[in-house]
Amino acid sequence: MSEDVTDLTAEGGRGAVPTTGVEAGAGERKRRSWPLYEVFVRGKRGLNHVHVGSLHAADDEMALHNARDVYTRRNEGVSIWVVRADHITASSPAEKDPFFAPAGDKVYRHPTFYAIPEEVPHL
Amino acid sequence: MPDTDELAAGFEAEFERTIAADQRIEPRDWMPDAYRRTLIRQIAQHAHSEIIGMQPEGNWILRAPSLRRKAILLAKVQDEAGHGMYLYAAAETLGVDREELTEKLIDSKQKYSSIFNYPTLSYADIGVIGWLVDGAAICNQVPLCRCSYGPYARAMIRICKEESFHQRQGYELLLAMVNGTEAQRAMVQESVDRWWWPSLMMFGPPDADSPNTQQSMAWGIKRHTNDELRQRFVDMTVPQAAALGVTLPDPDLRWNPERQAHDYGEPDWEEFKAVLAGSGPTNAQRLAHRRRAHENGAWVREAAQAYADKQAARSRKEAAA
Amino acid sequence: MSGHHTDVEEHDATNAYQSLSQTTAVDDPRWAFGTGVEDVQAEITSPVPDGVDPADLAAYCLMLGDDALICSHRISEWVSNAPELEEEVALANTALDLLGQARVLLARAGHVEGLGSTAGSAGSAGRGRDEDALAYLRTESQFRNVALAELGDELDFARAIARLLIFSTWRLALLHRLLGSRDPVIAAVAGKGVKELTYHRDYAARWTLRLGDGTDESHRRMQAALDAIWPYVEELFRTSDEERRLVEAGVAVDPAQTRAEVDAVLDEVLAKATLTRPQRPAIGTIGGRGGRQGLHTEQLGHVLAEMQSLARQHPGATW
Repeated sequence: MSEDVTDLTAEGGRGAVPTTGVEAGAGERKRRSWPLYEVFVRGKRGLNHVHVGSLHAADDEMALHNARDVYTRRNEGVSIWVVRADHITASSPAEKDPFFAPAGDKVYRHPTFYAIPEEVPHL
Repeated sequence: MPDTDELAAGFEAEFERTIAADQRIEPRDWMPDAYRRTLIRQIAQHAHSEIIGMQPEGNWILRAPSLRRKAILLAKVQDEAGHGMYLYAAAETLGVDREELTEKLIDSKQKYSSIFNYPTLSYADIGVIGWLVDGAAICNQVPLCRCSYGPYARAMIRICKEESFHQRQGYELLLAMVNGTEAQRAMVQESVDRWWWPSLMMFGPPDADSPNTQQSMAWGIKRHTNDELRQRFVDMTVPQAAALGVTLPDPDLRWNPERQAHDYGEPDWEEFKAVLAGSGPTNAQRLAHRRRAHENGAWVREAAQAYADKQAARSRKEAAA
Repeated sequence: MSGHHTDVEEHDATNAYQSLSQTTAVDDPRWAFGTGVEDVQAEITSPVPDGVDPADLAAYCLMLGDDALICSHRISEWVSNAPELEEEVALANTALDLLGQARVLLARAGHVEGLGSTAGSAGSAGRGRDEDALAYLRTESQFRNVALAELGDELDFARAIARLLIFSTWRLALLHRLLGSRDPVIAAVAGKGVKELTYHRDYAARWTLRLGDGTDESHRRMQAALDAIWPYVEELFRTSDEERRLVEAGVAVDPAQTRAEVDAVLDEVLAKATLTRPQRPAIGTIGGRGGRQGLHTEQLGHVLAEMQSLARQHPGATW
C-alpha cells in the first residue's frame, strides 16, 4: 500500500485522526478477548426485541448483566436477550460472497448492528 | 461458472450503486479493501479517542466541587466508556477484534484525537471540554450519522444523542462559574484561552493538506471537508462565547459580511503536528495509563474466561451423566 | 431503553447547538442519575417523626449517607482503570447509585439538624447545611462512616470486589429492614436502595465466584483480599448509641441484627467460590469508639483531602 502521506480527517469523531499511515489491523492474531455477544432489548411490553448493539463477556450470564449496564443503564428495558455472535446464522446478501470473503475474516459474518433500533432517526 | 474477475467487477458495481444511491453498506456486503481499511482506521481511532478521553475528565471526578457535579462528571465519563464500546463493536464488524485494536493503541500503532493530549488543569476545563471539545466533536460526528457504513452510522446516532447532553452540562457549568466569584470567572477565561486553539485543531489540517479527503467523500465516509466543519464550529461558538462573557483568544476573529461567516486566525499547525507525533503535554502519560489499566486487568479477564470454561465443562459433564 | 434520551428527540439532531443558549440550571434527571431521586427529594423536608431526637436522626442519616458517599468515592477511583470496558460501565453505575443515596441522606441530615434544638455529638457547627456543605466542609472526625467504606484498594480488582461484596451484602440487609422506617426519607432511600444494592451484591458475588474459582492467580488474589479486609467486618455489626435510641423509636435498624443474614450470604458465596472464610481478629477500637463515633483509619483524611480540596479553595463559589 502506498499510504505514506498522513491524511487527517475531522470526521474521526472526537477529533482529527489519521486515515493513512497507521495500521488498520487485519485480524491475523488469535482471539484472546472475551467472546462477542449481540444484544436485543424489548423496550416495553408489546414491542419486539430489537438489536441494540454488542458487547464482550466471558459467559452468557455476564453478557446479560453487562447488557443491562451498558444498553439499559437503568431498568428501562423490560427484557433483554443476549446471544453469542458466532451462534447466529445469517443470510447472505449475495449468494457468491464466500468467493470474496477475505481470508481469515470470520467476523465478517457477524451481524453486529444488523437491525436498526426503531427509535433511530435519519435512517 | 463465471470467472472471478467478472464476479469481482459485478460486486464492485453493486457497491458503487449502493453508495451512489446513498444506501448503507452492511457488514456482509462486498466492499473494496481500501474502503474497509479506511473505515477500520477511522472507527478504531474514534473508539480510542473515547477511551483515552476518559482520562482528562476522570482527572477531576475525585475532586468535583459539588455532589451534583460529581454525579454529572461520573455519568459523562461513563458514557465515554460506552461510546468506546459501541465504536469498537462497529469496528469488529469489519473483521478486527477489540483486543487487537487495544494493543495497536497501546503500542502507538494507531492514534487517537490529539485534543486528549492536553492536560486538565482546573475545574473550568471540565466545562470547556464539554462546551468546545464536545461541541467540536458534535460538528464532526453529526455528519457521521449518515456515514455510508451502516454499523458506524448507527453507533454514531446513539452517541450523538448522548453527546448533546455532554455539551449542555459543560456550558451549564461555565454559566454557573461566570455568574460565581471573580476567581471562577478568571478560571473560565484562562481555560478558554488554553483550549480554543486545540479545539480548532480538532478538525484537522486545512483541506489543501488533506489529499485523501476526496476519496473518503466519494465513499460517503466523509460528508464535509475539515475546513467546512471548522467554519461551522467557529460560527456557532462565537455567539455562545458572547453569552458567557468570555473572550476567544484570536485577534483576527471577526464577522465577514461578504462571506456571511467569521474570519479567524490560523492555528499553530506545528504544535498540532508535534502533538500528533507524540510530544504533546500528556501523550506519554495517557498511553502509559491505558497500558497500565489494560495490563493490570489481564489476570481478571483471564480469570473470568477460566471460570466460564470450567462452568461449561461442568454442564457438559452433567449432561453426559 | 432510551428513556433518558427523550429530550433530544424533540430537537433536530443536526442542531444540537440550538439547545445551548436555552440551557438553564434546571437539574436534568439524567445527571442526578437514579430515577427515584426526584420523588425522594420532595420528602426531604418531611417533619421529624414524633418522639425522635432530631440530633439522633441527623447523625443516623450521616452514618448511612457517609457510608454511601465514601464507598462511592472509592469505587470512582476505578474510572479509566477497570479491567474491561464493560466493567467501567458497571462500576460507574454502582458508584452513581451510592452517590445518589448519599445525596438524599446528607440533604435529610442537613435539614433535620437545622430543626434540632441541641447540637449533636457530631459537632454540627451550622444549621440547615446542604448536601455539599456536609460533604465538603466537615472534617474527618465529623464523618460517621464505617472504616470498611474508606479502605483503599490500590486498584487491585480483587480488593475492590471484596469490599463491595461485604459492603453491599451488609447495606442490603440494613436497607431491607429500613423499608418500614418511620422516617419517610430513610424509608424512601431504602425502597430505591434495595433494588440497587441487590444488583451491587449480585455483581460482587458473581465476580467473587469468577475470581475465586478462576485461575490460580485470581484465587490467590481474592483470598488475600478477603484476608486483608476481614478485620473491618466486625465494626459493621456494632450498635452506636444513636442507633440504639432510634431503634426504639422505629426509625433505625440495629446493625447487630443483620449479622446472621450477612454471615449466611457471605458463607454461601465464599463456599461456591472455593474461598475460605478468613479467621482474623477484628481491628481494635479506641476507647470503644470507631467510625460511627468519628474515629477513622488514617486513610479517610487522604480521601477527604482530595475530595474537598477544590470546594474548600473557593468558599462562597457556586458550581
